Amino acid sequence: MAEFSLPANSKIGKGKTVKAAEGAKNIRKFQVYRWNPDDGENPRMDTYEVDMDSCGPMVLDALIKIKNEMDSTLTFRRSCREGVCGSCAMNIDGKNTLACTRAIEDVKGDVKITPLPHLEVVKDLVPDLTNFYAQYASIKPWMQTQSTTPEKERLQSVEDREKLDGLYECILCACCSTSCPSYWWNGDKYLGPAILLQAYRWIIDSRDEATGDRLDNLEDPFRLYRCHTIMNCANACPKGLNPAKAIAEIKKMMVERKG
Amino acid sequence: MAQANRPLSPHLQVYRWSAAMAASILHRATGSALAVGAVILVWWLMALASGPDSFETVMTCLASPLGRFVLFGLTWALMQHFASGVRHLIMDSGRMYSLKVNAASAKFTFVFSAVATVVIWAMGYRMLGMI
Repeated sequence: MAEFSLPANSKIGKGKTVKAAEGAKNIRKFQVYRWNPDDGENPRMDTYEVDMDSCGPMVLDALIKIKNEMDSTLTFRRSCREGVCGSCAMNIDGKNTLACTRAIEDVKGDVKITPLPHLEVVKDLVPDLTNFYAQYASIKPWMQTQSTTPEKERLQSVEDREKLDGLYECILCACCSTSCPSYWWNGDKYLGPAILLQAYRWIIDSRDEATGDRLDNLEDPFRLYRCHTIMNCANACPKGLNPAKAIAEIKKMMVERKG
Repeated sequence: MAQANRPLSPHLQVYRWSAAMAASILHRATGSALAVGAVILVWWLMALASGPDSFETVMTCLASPLGRFVLFGLTWALMQHFASGVRHLIMDSGRMYSLKVNAASAKFTFVFSAVATVVIWAMGYRMLGMI
């Protein structure tokens, strides 16, 4: 049964406010989710007043500035800072996205930042993605073949290659899966949009020879069919992909193969 | 890896609603409301079969201001559920997944259910000669 409210240990309290340095004229407030595993307290929202005259344009720039200059205890994941690695996925202004590609000026009012939704928090903005990665492994995300290995690479026509467009670009940042209410309520059994898009990426790859096995694995009331086309996934994807559409294509293949 | 004291990150509490999300959640909520509505329909049918006295009682209840309010709400729930049901049916055929068209279709279900509910009730009152 779906639990709509947060458990007692997850209720968010009011935190501290850290002011910008004296003389700062162009200030934006950032409200950031904080939770420290070592102090035994509930999560809280800390407010940081950031001087925008000495801050880069993206939300990640502000987070790095906060960590460097205002509060070194702030914890978050980041790496490439250009939307390729998927590390800095978080909820910004009510929507899951990458902090590095979300412009601060596109957010109205205070910038509210929380971890990816409905996951266990390891610390501050770092959620536990163990289940997400285990689900990814469960779909066997590699090419499976039975035919004799050719001398050179397995060839693919231009048309077949085009079928992978809109799928191969996925960086597994988990923005889509953790935006999905079905994944919130049934994330232990439902694979979620990111993993299903990845599954579809292998199902329609002309070089892969395990299509039947892959569909068999998804033929399950939870793994695939918990998708109720809510569309939060496609609305969240920072790469502009459409996991909902990929899931619909899998569902169509399920029907078609029954004949 | 799982630790007992780790908090759950906020979800419904922080997520910004989109038209598509609202349409989907309303589809669920109106579906549940219509299940209750079906009980009222059965109550009405049973009264109809039991004779004029019991039918009179049910009609008095349903014609009261509260009864009309509930029926008006159920009419809206039926229209919203109908419209979003057709929308999800079209999506199940693999269509209407582009973000703009999808959002527009969600908003259309809200407009449709509001207009259809008012039209149905206006027609009802007109048949009674009240407007």
